[in-house]
Amino acid sequence: MMAPVLGWVHGVKGENLATTDDSQSLASLFAGRESDILASWVSTLNVGEIRMTRQEAESQGRAVLDALAKAVAHGNSSDMRGAEYADVRDVLQGFSRTRALQGFSPTETATFVLSLKRPLFEQVRKTTKSEHAFDRLSSISELIDRLGLFSVETYQKTREELIARQGKEIEELSTPVVKLWEGIVALPLIGTLDSGRTQVVMQNLLETIVQTGAEIAILDITGVPMVDTLTAQHLLKTVSAARLMGADCIISGIRPQIAQTIVQLGVDLNVVSKATLADALALALRRTGRVVTKIKAHSSATSQQQPAETRG
Amino acid sequence: MPTTTDTLPITSSDDVVRVRQKVRVRATEIGLSLVDQTKLITAASELARNTLDYGQGGHADIETIIAERRGVRVVFRDRGPGIPDIQQALTDGFTSGNGLGHGLGGARRLVDDFDIQSAVGAGTTVTIARWKR
Amino acid sequence: MDSIPILKIGSALLVTIQVDMHDQLATRLQDDLTEKIVLHRARGVLIDISALEIVDSFIGRMLANIANVSRLLDADTVVVGMRPEVAITLVELGLGLPGVKTALNAERGLALIGGVSAAGEAADDADDD
Repeated sequence: MMAPVLGWVHGVKGENLATTDDSQSLASLFAGRESDILASWVSTLNVGEIRMTRQEAESQGRAVLDALAKAVAHGNSSDMRGAEYADVRDVLQGFSRTRALQGFSPTETATFVLSLKRPLFEQVRKTTKSEHAFDRLSSISELIDRLGLFSVETYQKTREELIARQGKEIEELSTPVVKLWEGIVALPLIGTLDSGRTQVVMQNLLETIVQTGAEIAILDITGVPMVDTLTAQHLLKTVSAARLMGADCIISGIRPQIAQTIVQLGVDLNVVSKATLADALALALRRTGRVVTKIKAHSSATSQQQPAETRG
Repeated sequence: MPTTTDTLPITSSDDVVRVRQKVRVRATEIGLSLVDQTKLITAASELARNTLDYGQGGHADIETIIAERRGVRVVFRDRGPGIPDIQQALTDGFTSGNGLGHGLGGARRLVDDFDIQSAVGAGTTVTIARWKR
Repeated sequence: MDSIPILKIGSALLVTIQVDMHDQLATRLQDDLTEKIVLHRARGVLIDISALEIVDSFIGRMLANIANVSRLLDADTVVVGMRPEVAITLVELGLGLPGVKTALNAERGLALIGGVSAAGEAADDADDD
């Protein structure tokens, strides 16, 4: 932190002697000079580099300066978490969130905030005696650094939320349950089956079983690249859950390598498995008492009946 | 930060039911999803029964937490004989499929946070929590 | 909370569990069921748990017990109407319900009893869609 400058200490008690002095100095810096500072700030911004328009820079800049002026006027120039900085935080959060969601880079976001230093330093140079200049410059620098860091953190959090949300959407999109026939549903699993996805898969599958009254669920793992012990466990869980709801399961799409892996792992899948979804469907139809037959084509065959033939 | 804590005695199987009901109320307040609620309440039911059957009775503190994360935490305390081998108790239970053992391993899988303190002759304290996603 | 009603449907008994069960109620139910299976020469027991929001190991053991006893008395046990969130929780808990058949609802459950499967009856509904 800063060493208090003797000439500035006027018997102020309390922890942050430096703070009160700094904020007095900052407050006086802002007093009546906001438009100058804003103009200088905007002109030093390389708007092309940070991809803002002049108007945007001006209106955002004004919002930040207004909030900042209020904060330092209340006597706090270092603790960003204080109540005086609520408006500053709001403005910066709004700015950073928007940047993050629109795909700007963290540098573009932070540069806007950090470039406020120069105009403020200029003010110090104009208004401060050289022996006090260093302290003022330091405290301004620290303050703006904190604002910059805060913006970057908000930016980060926003990106993380976005990614998490997209992850969830992908999870849900990639586990559709398809009704193949009356009482028969199929679940084409694509990608890896981790525990999070397994929960989504189970929920989707079980809800579909309830809604369609399915008796047989075909879990097709053609699109699952690799099966290890955990994946096998997740599969088993899904099968068990479906069984508890009264639906039988058939696994289809087990590739040769996967079959070998499963045997090597010593996992007992305890579920009927078929090489292809088509085979699984044929079995499911049989199990639910259906037979598919080819209809002898008359001379003018117009209707599309089932082309495949399966006999139980 | 506002939280509420209810302390319920566990001395009969009716009390186990009451613990379940209270946990459900709190879980609904916090807005846990249906599956998460069901898991939490089931875990609470298991642990309440343990408190009754093995712990010779005790208490449950049911707490809602509203801070950075929102969630429900339940602490089960008893002054029973304690668990001699916690590791074993955690792996026992339903894996053998016969419902013997304390079923702690199963309960642990149902919650986000799980902590157990127990010593022979000094009773057992189990803490579980589920957080809103 | 005296006892749970047991209905007779054809050669099966139907029990609908709607309340939070405590120990005495569970014991009472098992006793009553055993008695009625013998009395009516029931071929099956249907336990409807569609009203249960929670199934813990206590209920699980009760269901497994009922299934075991019934089997000795030559009756099948079918648990019907399990809620999805309950199924997901049971699977996570590791509770397997051994020896217990399950069905989506009572109608399907009845079809399972006594070895009559839905397949046998569906001879001519090949293209419902």
